[in-house]
Amino acid sequence: MTDSITISIDGVEIPAETHHTILEAADKAGIYIPRLCAYPGLKPNGSCRVCTVLVNGRPQTACTTPVMKGMVIQNETPELKRLRSNLIEMLFVEGNHYCMFCEKSGNCELQGMAYRLGIKTPHFPYLEPKREIDATHPDVLIDHNRCIFCGRCIQASKTFDGKNVFQYIGRTRNKKVGVNADDGLGETDFAATDRAAQVCPVGAILKKRVGFKIPIGKRIYDRSPIGSEIEVQPKDAGSAQ
Amino acid sequence: MEKPKVATTSLAGCFGCHMSLLDIDERILQLIDLVDFNKSPINDIKTFTARCAVGLIEGGCCNEENVHVLQLFREHCDILISVGDCATMGGIPAWRNTLPLKECLDEAYLNGPTVHNPSGLIPNDPELPLILNKVYPCHEVVKIDYFIPGCPPSADALWAALTALLSGKPVDLPYELLKYD
Repeated sequence: MTDSITISIDGVEIPAETHHTILEAADKAGIYIPRLCAYPGLKPNGSCRVCTVLVNGRPQTACTTPVMKGMVIQNETPELKRLRSNLIEMLFVEGNHYCMFCEKSGNCELQGMAYRLGIKTPHFPYLEPKREIDATHPDVLIDHNRCIFCGRCIQASKTFDGKNVFQYIGRTRNKKVGVNADDGLGETDFAATDRAAQVCPVGAILKKRVGFKIPIGKRIYDRSPIGSEIEVQPKDAGSAQ
Repeated sequence: MEKPKVATTSLAGCFGCHMSLLDIDERILQLIDLVDFNKSPINDIKTFTARCAVGLIEGGCCNEENVHVLQLFREHCDILISVGDCATMGGIPAWRNTLPLKECLDEAYLNGPTVHNPSGLIPNDPELPLILNKVYPCHEVVKIDYFIPGCPPSADALWAALTALLSGKPVDLPYELLKYD
């Protein structure tokens, strides 16, 4: 059972269905709410907090909060932009993100988000954790230095691929994405064609031998900011209303 | 009116950012109309001879000499800009930060596959600047006023930032020029 209702985002009234989350309703209406862990078709877990919006004045993650009639949502406020920048900066200092030699550079959602928010450098001290690289699989490598713990690979492996390759292991600063084998990804039934190999927002799960194929200037976020693919849509939808 | 003075240096960097500065091509003629260069590898002036308006810092701090130079720049420059990823986040040299210093030195001077070092000694001459425990981004050593990321920042990014600064406008890079690679 779904009902059509109306919610307001930054003063714009948009239609929504009651089974939608705020993020889904905003996407459909062409309003981009920044996010790093939410992914279409996967159950949202609200882990990155980047999609935090103010719902009737209270901070909520847009990816996990269902819409309700008459919700008043704030998305693009200076304070939320600052909070999101802080979150992105913390993700940068928490891992080892060396964009200059990363194969994902230009197509990386974390980097793209930093560009969109205009971050020039993190304000926090670099933690420089010691993390491993798992190159045991013939076609895919895992570089834990770049993992931001979004959980997409874990869920995609279960939901899309019907496998169970990844799982979090450890807690707090020892937390990492582990694989379902003793000696690395190469021992699992993981395949390069798995959707789980494609959903990583950063350069943590990379296909081998395809790096740097797209020249600088033609990569996803070289010209247009992350989110513009959603923001473009709305103008059509908006004019139709 | 006297032209504002600019100083530049390369600490633990590869001079790529300086190359990128030279990549502004014929705009370098406009630049020398706008500013005078003081201490800089570009003109080979080794010591500060006047107070500078802007100091451009390439590279992070990997040894004590880097720290001394950086502190000297902070003393002599009104505005310090971290230019490039090494200055803003340590860059490639900071890759050693996850390893103990001894392991790095052993690999470089004793155990590396291409090392020829019959003496078996790790260089320790008093003339050599002491290496730091890890590589520091510049803003963890002195106060830095502006940051231009990139590896290197494009000539356009450097030009946009410098001309904005010299004409008193905010140093905001447009989307196309803000890059980390």
